[in-house]
Amino acid sequence: MKLPEIPTDPLNHGQQQSQSASLSAQKISVAYGTHLAVNGVDLDAHGGQIGAIIGANGCGKSTFLRALARLVKPQGGTVILNGHDIAKLPTKRVATQLGILPQSPIAPDGITVFDLVSRGRYPYHRFGSHWSRQDQDAVEHALEVTHMSDFADRSVDQLSGGQRQRAWIALTLAQDTDIVLLDEPTTYLDVAYQLEVLDLLADLNAIDGIIIIMVIHDINLAARYADWILAMKDGTCDTFGTPSEVITPDVIRRVFGMDVRIIQDPESKTPMIIADSRHALGPKREILEKEKL
Amino acid sequence: MNQTNDEKSVALRASFKRAVMVIVSLFILALVLLYIDIIFGDSLYSFTDVMDVIASRAPSGITFVIGELRLPRALTAFACGALFGMAGASFQRLLHNPLASPDIIGITEGANTAAVFGIVVLGISGLELSAFAIVGGLTTAIVVALLTFHHGFAPQRLVLVGIAIGAMLNAIGSWMLIRADQWDIQSASRWLTGSLADSDWTYVIITMITLAIGLIAVMPLSRQLDMLRLGDDVAAGLGVKVGLSRAAIVIIAVLMLSIATSAVGPIAFVSFLAGPIAVRLIHSGSSAIATSGLVGSCLVLGSDVIAQHATGTQFPVGVVTSVIGGPVLVVLMYFSMRKESQL
Ligand SMILES: Nc1ncnc2c1ncn2[C@@H]1O[C@H](COP(=O)(O)OP(=O)(O)O)[C@@H](O)[C@H]1O
Ligand SMILES: [Mg+2]
Repeated sequence: MKLPEIPTDPLNHGQQQSQSASLSAQKISVAYGTHLAVNGVDLDAHGGQIGAIIGANGCGKSTFLRALARLVKPQGGTVILNGHDIAKLPTKRVATQLGILPQSPIAPDGITVFDLVSRGRYPYHRFGSHWSRQDQDAVEHALEVTHMSDFADRSVDQLSGGQRQRAWIALTLAQDTDIVLLDEPTTYLDVAYQLEVLDLLADLNAIDGIIIIMVIHDINLAARYADWILAMKDGTCDTFGTPSEVITPDVIRRVFGMDVRIIQDPESKTPMIIADSRHALGPKREILEKEKL
Repeated sequence: MNQTNDEKSVALRASFKRAVMVIVSLFILALVLLYIDIIFGDSLYSFTDVMDVIASRAPSGITFVIGELRLPRALTAFACGALFGMAGASFQRLLHNPLASPDIIGITEGANTAAVFGIVVLGISGLELSAFAIVGGLTTAIVVALLTFHHGFAPQRLVLVGIAIGAMLNAIGSWMLIRADQWDIQSASRWLTGSLADSDWTYVIITMITLAIGLIAVMPLSRQLDMLRLGDDVAAGLGVKVGLSRAAIVIIAVLMLSIATSAVGPIAFVSFLAGPIAVRLIHSGSSAIATSGLVGSCLVLGSDVIAQHATGTQFPVGVVTSVIGGPVLVVLMYFSMRKESQL
């Protein structure tokens, strides 16, 4: 099948502010006990791009993301954050340059949205330091762009799934970093909320030039929003490239073990998969019925 | 924009105000209970009597009863209640589980059994005894952690493992008490349910200094505790040194708890009750460690007043806290099991 041509120039996206921000990984391997969850994965993200990591369940996406943020110590390889080996940077300094939102985080009982989001300012504080104008501005800005200002005094328990996820994203934004990593930010959300969250991330990327790297389940959404895609299989990098380079029947078959056709997303002109499944095929059923006759 | 600004800072100030109000009220309540605990007894004393004793111009009889019996008893109750409360809340917040308080998961029992061993077998007291209890508490904490973390962390298993270890340690402690025949039931009750009857100035000084050190150490740590409640990954991503903070919190908590236990025994359920009560009073996402300390003080002082004066007979204070804490434990267990089975 001929792939539709998609004009993608990842570097075109870049903005002045984050031109300098960069995150790269060389030959990252992470082991849990004797099990190698990630095995020699490379990455190079810079210039205000959106990146997506896709792959089957348990292939090591979350582990790789956690290694990028230094939440887990790699067995081998190095992560370079803005030109420095991340393993050698002070913890709080890392936290002012890179934010990470893990998969389905849990808020403490009774905490308000404002309280939650204001925790994002932790890396800028030491014991005894005061809540500054800058802190207040950062939190208010984060609430505003995530459309959570009206919910600031609400308890997080009382929010809908989409609002809750936006509150957590606001926390990550209040951290005011040039690089934001998110682990499945749209899982468990209704379709409308999924698009809302991804649009929000795309806006932030376009306006502030924030580098965004996200693990995402939905291949079509990855293709629609990402400048580059990393497809992982069994802890290794299967394919890395632009959506049109990665979203091909061959790659999808290798990575997800699934046969697909690729068409062009009429909305975004990005590649889009149409999965084959035994029962979804109307024509096949007709053929079977014809054969019976 | 400016208006919402003001609204938000008003809201923030309101929750801060509430916290201050709660803390001040609890402190006043603790002082009142302390006062009641001192003046009531076989003979009733007045405020002037107490002041006279403090200024050392009272007759020797009053000086003895207040200065050597009731005042150290009440001050020990205040300090130990605070230590139990802060230690309990630290554990509960750290492990995201109200059932994971040190008196439920065996750590208090560890400190207590070590103290019984120290006093019955080695015949030590005072600071030495406190140090011995600390070793017992820390060792138990490590054992419980090792048994729980074997294949990943499961909060419910922690509670079960802890209860089992605690029961074993209690049995060992009781066995040692029975073997040591010079011990009468009155003294033994301190190690079985916790009692203030043996309080003296040595313990007042030890526990008060521990309280001061604990407060100073807990204040910076409670900020990290607030962050850890967002989950390990979120906290680490925000620049918290998760392992280091957690170790520091556990060590400080075990220290406070063990020293209190070596002074008054394992006063039942104070660690367990203080944290949840404090959180309900403060009503915010914060860890409320200092508030839990004050709640602990009020619990022990209040229970002591009841234990000594409410009925004709005098009970060890731990009997009263057990009567309050037992039902709460059953209710919490019930709801937590229901939650588990829904998952
Ligand atoms: N904390 C952990 N301890 C042990 N094994 C883990 C842990 N986290 C993940 N794994 C294992 O590592 C592999 C990769 O997991 P993960 O990175 O979560 O995959 P993904 O996010 O792609 O679903 C899986 O086999 C998983 O079972
Ligand atoms: Mg994952």
